[in-house]
Amino acid sequence: MKTSYNGKVARINLTTREVKVEALDMDLATKFVGGRGLGTAMLYNEGIATVEPLSEANKLIYATGPLTGTASPTAGRYMVVTKSPLTGMIASSNSGGIWGAKLKYAGWDALIVEGKASSPVYINIEDEKIEILPADQYAGMLSETVDEELKKVHEKCSVLNIGPAGEHQSLLAAIMNDKDRAAGRSGVGAVMGSKNLKAITVTASRNVIEPHDADKLREAMTDCLAKIKANGVTSGGLPTYGTAVLVNIINNTGSFPTRNWQESYFDKADDTSGETLVEKHLVKNSYCHRCPIGCGRVVNLNGKVVGGPEYEPLWAYGGNCGVNDLNAIDEANFWCNEYGLDAISTPCTIAAAMELYQRGYIKEEECDGVPLVWGSAEAIVTWTKWMGEGKNALAKLMADGSYRLCEHYGHPEYSMSVKKQEMPAYDARGIQGIGITYATSNRGGCHVRGYLISPEILGLPEQLDRTTVEGKAKWAMIFQDLTAVIDSLGLCLFSSFALGAPEYAALLNAGTGTNYTAEELLVLGERIYNIERLFNKAAGMKPEDDRLPKRLIEEPITDGPSKGMTSQIQVTLPQYYEARGWVEAFPTPETLTRLGLEEKY
Amino acid sequence: MIEIRLFATFRENRKKIDYIDSNQVEKALDIVNYYGIDPEDVAICLINGFHSKLTDSIKDGDVVALFPPVGGG
Repeated sequence: MKTSYNGKVARINLTTREVKVEALDMDLATKFVGGRGLGTAMLYNEGIATVEPLSEANKLIYATGPLTGTASPTAGRYMVVTKSPLTGMIASSNSGGIWGAKLKYAGWDALIVEGKASSPVYINIEDEKIEILPADQYAGMLSETVDEELKKVHEKCSVLNIGPAGEHQSLLAAIMNDKDRAAGRSGVGAVMGSKNLKAITVTASRNVIEPHDADKLREAMTDCLAKIKANGVTSGGLPTYGTAVLVNIINNTGSFPTRNWQESYFDKADDTSGETLVEKHLVKNSYCHRCPIGCGRVVNLNGKVVGGPEYEPLWAYGGNCGVNDLNAIDEANFWCNEYGLDAISTPCTIAAAMELYQRGYIKEEECDGVPLVWGSAEAIVTWTKWMGEGKNALAKLMADGSYRLCEHYGHPEYSMSVKKQEMPAYDARGIQGIGITYATSNRGGCHVRGYLISPEILGLPEQLDRTTVEGKAKWAMIFQDLTAVIDSLGLCLFSSFALGAPEYAALLNAGTGTNYTAEELLVLGERIYNIERLFNKAAGMKPEDDRLPKRLIEEPITDGPSKGMTSQIQVTLPQYYEARGWVEAFPTPETLTRLGLEEKY
Repeated sequence: MIEIRLFATFRENRKKIDYIDSNQVEKALDIVNYYGIDPEDVAICLINGFHSKLTDSIKDGDVVALFPPVGGG
């Protein structure tokens, strides 16, 4: 049967230098779709949950979705799935650009990279040819440079790489592709570094993926594009201002974590907003492969044209570090890309270090002449570079994230993290539902595993009261499940501002010949969410890992519109477990049977 | 006085922050009309940081923030 899967997986062992071509397990693909879902199921089945994340035994799966590379809108995504060295649990980090689509065009659904090279190497893929080549000459290179150098050797390739942070095995290291796109979270770059793998280049002679039913895909695509065009967010807000437009909205609800979440309203937020970015620094929008939205920013940084910051780094370097110098944020974000660092966790760790400095736990003499004071533009730029380089003892500590940093100083409570991964830019005291997403996210503190900001703040698909808890558990579950499907299809989550389960089902059915309804699609998502949870259970997760930092429960917001509010997670978490069919944070046998996962208990 | 905060495209050819005498307006809708904004273009109206309807009443000292459809993540 013709399908948008290639039906082919490459297993690349860096220890033995053996490359095996395997057939895609279609039963597994049918159950777990692709990308995030399929990658997690493969990793679980290979017994990776119990291995040391930075040991030779861990594996890296680069997984496309069944729609990656098709003509579907936003179909340029791939997922890196591995055991996270930051959280010790499942990592699945998503990225756009064109690398994922090229991997699919080259004929592969996924790569499984295992073992460890004895010296730096890169993998070169040209359609069916896969070779492991020496990378000594690229060791230590920044992302943009390694991208340019590898393109001199493989002219038409797309490059995925780590920067120096990944080589140093910083637990905040990202995997970069196409220079400034990032599979940013959970330390996936450190796993690549631990395997001595600097880059993967892909060249493909094809540039199309034939779907199961081209007419049906065209029909579904036309419908989706019309909805994206008619939607004010995907056709107006996002292309005009990027994700950064959220700075002012979230700040005006008093839910904009400020100075490491000690406050939640930043009086200088507008200096770092999407509106100001457009006015002062924007050169043009950037588009990932097959994207009709174009939320990406290209900015002028002191005369150099570079990838610009999204909402998260604008907040994390901005309000969360008390900084209102937009140029410094552009620069710090640029260094995250160059060193290959997570542009959420890196600035959040700097914010935690600033609080430790404020409270006298970090001493001035540890700061190498650049004190970690609130509002310091010099500090955010310099400490980002130092974390990327592993320059001094404090920078090395910081490069492993805020939890380990704060624990080192005896105060883990100042780490604003869940499962040791830093939380993003929305205060769960002022926005109740997003706290459920944070607490129960399988990959730790994260907003894109169930973006309840959409209904609670943006009013999409309907407006919920951000201050109340009623019904939020169910909303969180539905958003988590739908997101799991989108992440597994190979599409961008931002398409969901305009599209819903019926549209995604139509695209998938046209691509692969399935016949899913919208409801069945959500069950696929629920299965994926549960297999992630089973991976975490096997990895040693405990019920108490589903928790928010004490500050969000015990310290009311001090000022601004949400003054006095705390998270009501103690109310919503039991409701959430009940909705999921989980007891003590894990699925019951009945739930697993209902989801066709009975063999897993 | 009512403090008005305009964002995104609502700032084009308008001030970012403005003030209106509270005697001149009763509802958020009056403010929207005052600035010549099409009410259908208003996706989010915050009164003192809380989501509100354009038909909700406003009083002296309130801060009204208006946004067109926007999103991100």
